[in-house]
Amino acid sequence: MQFFGSSEISPSPPLPTASGNNAHMIYVFNRNGVCLLYREWNRPLRTLDSNQDHKLMFGLLFSLKSLTAKMDPSSVEKGNLGVPQLPGQGCSFHSFRTNTYKLSFMESPSGIKIILVTHPKASDLRDSLKYIYNLYVEYVVKNPLYTPGTPIK
Amino acid sequence: MAAIYSLYIINKSGGLIFYKDYGLAGRMDTNDSLRLASLWHSMHAISMQLSPISGCTGIELLEADTFDLHCFQSLTGTKFFVVSEPGTQHMEHLLKHIYELYTDYVLKNPFYEMEMPIRCELFDINLSQAIQKDRVAYLGR
Repeated sequence: MQFFGSSEISPSPPLPTASGNNAHMIYVFNRNGVCLLYREWNRPLRTLDSNQDHKLMFGLLFSLKSLTAKMDPSSVEKGNLGVPQLPGQGCSFHSFRTNTYKLSFMESPSGIKIILVTHPKASDLRDSLKYIYNLYVEYVVKNPLYTPGTPIK
Repeated sequence: MAAIYSLYIINKSGGLIFYKDYGLAGRMDTNDSLRLASLWHSMHAISMQLSPISGCTGIELLEADTFDLHCFQSLTGTKFFVVSEPGTQHMEHLLKHIYELYTDYVLKNPFYEMEMPIRCELFDINLSQAIQKDRVAYLGR
């Protein structure tokens, strides 16, 4: 995983690749698995209640991260499967795609996880996630009234 | 450099029935490969539950920092997945081809027991030919 150097906010958000809003939902988790932010724009199918949905999403990301860390073909010594990894440690992933959606994932050095669920044809969204992270740093972390670890309001 | 690092085939209940390594990092521990296979099986199932739209059939492509994982699920629930170099194209065709080989040389083998580990000589031979051909095509591109 590569950490990005500059913390300056990008001058403009990345240009949308297609017209209209193709995003389904966004999740922001902190490193303890607390869902700080959840927004949905287009979600016709709902199988679970929101609390369980967030838990399942966090669990999926956690397990996929330990899977990719173990599967990493570039290193020989990979530790044991299922041992929690620190952010930036081990091989992580940036997106996965199914036939109905694409999930893009970013983890900051402090363990903030940003997840964007979009249309499966969406292009590489790493720049957009970085932009969202910059917004979080500028307007949430720097807000003196915000208590870390609580949902963003 | 190999285009494909490894190939896994898991049965419908998540058990690893075939594993082959083509990379340079060496073969993974048997227990670990079994664990990874069943972990992938459950992640595949969870991804279907989280879909915002109905009709989701699970993860097809996972893009990690150092590799891509392409997965193909047959109608009977057998999953084939290859771990390849990031950005490798045309893996769906290779997976479909491997599925054809599986139906021809594993399922039509009268000594093969369903859902059990694959030990079929003809499958091994044809599979290594297919991988070799894919590698030549990859180097030619």
